[in-house]
Amino acid sequence: MAVHETTPIKERILSVLVENRAGVLSHVIGLFAARGFNIDSLAVGETEDPTMSRITLVARVDEKTLEQLKKQLNKLIDVIKVQDLGDEGYIDRELMLVKFRTTPELKKALESIMKTYKVHVVEENAKITTIECTEARENRKKLFETLKGHDILEIAQTGAVALSKKEPK
Amino acid sequence: MPKITGAQAVVEAFSKEGVEYVFGLPGGACLPLFDALYDAKFKVILVRHEQGAVHMAEGYARSTGKPGVVVVTSGPGATNTVTGIADAYMDSIPLVVVTGQVKSFLIGNDAFQEADVTGITRPITKHNFLVKDVNDLPRVLKEAFWLATHGRPGPVLIDFPSDISLAQFDFQYPETVNIRGFKPVLEGHPGQIKKAAKMIAESKRPVVYTGGGVIISGAAKELIKFVEKIKAPCTNTLMGLGGVSGTHPQFMGMLGMHGTVYANRAVHECDLLIAVGARFDDRVTGDLKKFAPKAKIIHMDVDPSAISKNVKVDVPIVGDVRQILHELNKIVEPADTKEWLSEIEKWKKESPLRYRDDGQLRPQYAIQKLCEIYGSDAIVSTDVGQHQMWAAQYYKVSGPNQFLTSGGLGTMGYGFPAAIGAQFAFPDKIVVCITGDGSIQMNIQELATAVVHKLPVKIAIINNNYLGMVRQWQEAFYNHRYSSSDMQGNPDFVKLVEAYGGVGRHAKTKQEAEEAIRWSLTIKDRPCVLDFIVEAEENVFPMIPSGKSFEEIMDMA
Repeated sequence: MAVHETTPIKERILSVLVENRAGVLSHVIGLFAARGFNIDSLAVGETEDPTMSRITLVARVDEKTLEQLKKQLNKLIDVIKVQDLGDEGYIDRELMLVKFRTTPELKKALESIMKTYKVHVVEENAKITTIECTEARENRKKLFETLKGHDILEIAQTGAVALSKKEPK
Repeated sequence: MPKITGAQAVVEAFSKEGVEYVFGLPGGACLPLFDALYDAKFKVILVRHEQGAVHMAEGYARSTGKPGVVVVTSGPGATNTVTGIADAYMDSIPLVVVTGQVKSFLIGNDAFQEADVTGITRPITKHNFLVKDVNDLPRVLKEAFWLATHGRPGPVLIDFPSDISLAQFDFQYPETVNIRGFKPVLEGHPGQIKKAAKMIAESKRPVVYTGGGVIISGAAKELIKFVEKIKAPCTNTLMGLGGVSGTHPQFMGMLGMHGTVYANRAVHECDLLIAVGARFDDRVTGDLKKFAPKAKIIHMDVDPSAISKNVKVDVPIVGDVRQILHELNKIVEPADTKEWLSEIEKWKKESPLRYRDDGQLRPQYAIQKLCEIYGSDAIVSTDVGQHQMWAAQYYKVSGPNQFLTSGGLGTMGYGFPAAIGAQFAFPDKIVVCITGDGSIQMNIQELATAVVHKLPVKIAIINNNYLGMVRQWQEAFYNHRYSSSDMQGNPDFVKLVEAYGGVGRHAKTKQEAEEAIRWSLTIKDRPCVLDFIVEAEENVFPMIPSGKSFEEIMDMA
């Protein structure tokens, strides 16, 4: 008999199809809360079938915990399907809104940032500049690092939404 | 069909599901439901506390294999069911619990007797529903019974606002369910079954370790066939007792913390561990790193999340264990276990289950006598603590659905109402609740329920005037500091049962104990207390301390 080997903690992305009903999200989140796992990001929305919602969930866990989480999610009655997108290859996007204090340096910096990242200015006045960024999670993190030097007032992020690259069954 | 109310629809659905008993207690928010229940063809049993209702339903479910049904009111009525629901969840007992709720438009307004019951019970139910539209009710009821009883069973709760119970609608009970997210795998994978058969044939020292899943799936017959065919020794978990008859020659008794030395030793030495409907609970494994260190593992379970949860499994087989064993029995070849079995026989002789027999009335003796006089066909329920372990060790039940105990949650107060539930289901059987002086007081109010219904439940109190298991641990690990474990203030249990209209006897000696048990057989129409005043500081042995391995097993000197 062997106990499970410990595996490194990694960021995992799960796509969970659920019944589009009240209370379902609390069941899903409850699983994480009861085991003391933090969810890095979570996004929910209706799918092509209005009776189903897709929850995209990013969490940092090890391999064994991931396996348990997938099984526990599958056990929930309102969960229809659990996809481990790490297994399949996926496309992901996050939306981030960042509000800055307007400065000449910021304006200049944004010009070059916009060449590298999918960023545009959504509102700008003498005091405040707000930008919108739609990027894959990895890029969004990099972008965040480059913005840190500026005078950030507030940030709002959606968390990742993602789809597998495969043709659905 | 004329329109009926939501409350009447619930009663109709219960009838269609073949419900025989509903256990419950009314209150404001479920008055419409109890009004509808007044006309029901099945029996409605009024309890004295809602926790009692849930344990009765559990006892009924565990002894019959059918779902237990509970109806209570909102707020405190519902929160009083929480312990019972959690208990049923841990032990996979099928229940449908209907809780009244305040009017749907008042939910969230801190109305009188309001509690967020679906919120509270989310982590302790297999599924729960809040009905906000009466037209959803037939589907919800059908799904509730289906979910409770299919796959790995468990409690399902329906929170039912009083205005919905009064709403009129066209009721049609669905014939089938279609739940997209619930398609349990019942048939074991043939390839995995073949792999298992090969492993079994090649093993020299196999052990079959079975749990509650065998009882739930009705696999006891297939299990015996399997065990006899492969000639392997077999051990049960607490929840698995009765899966194999307690007197079967290949049966080694329970394993784990208070299991027999030889069962634990066999698991420690085996080269193949065949787990059937068991879940590698910490009370079974102790230190995981040292559990079954030489063994490959085959694990059969209907719940995929039970597999490889605690230990790494070599051959997992997901499915209904009865179906898996049935398929496996067709192809499996016996292993050559002659040497192995004789080795275990030797260990059995070296360190048998035993206690000091010095003329004093000891708990083990009382339980042995209960078994001897009531017989191995009786239904035995237990509470939680020392008496529970002694009952598991010394009351050798002959078959499945006869040993009712709170295994996972360890709920003191489970035993007596569970016995009542079982006695309702089997009025002609001997039903005995083996309990302690601590545990019995946690649902003793149900004496009234037993008296009203003339139930001859036997209540065997192993009375040591302590919270015995707590005291044992305090003796062993806390330097004899008996902090809050002395039950000073215990009532006279015989006078107490008499006050309710039952009967009872004290027994202080071995002879009195035997006489009292024989006398109890003459009581046919009311509950009967046997108050065994036993050696107070007796300990449960063997014992593997929590988190330790077989190497550190403590047996009596």
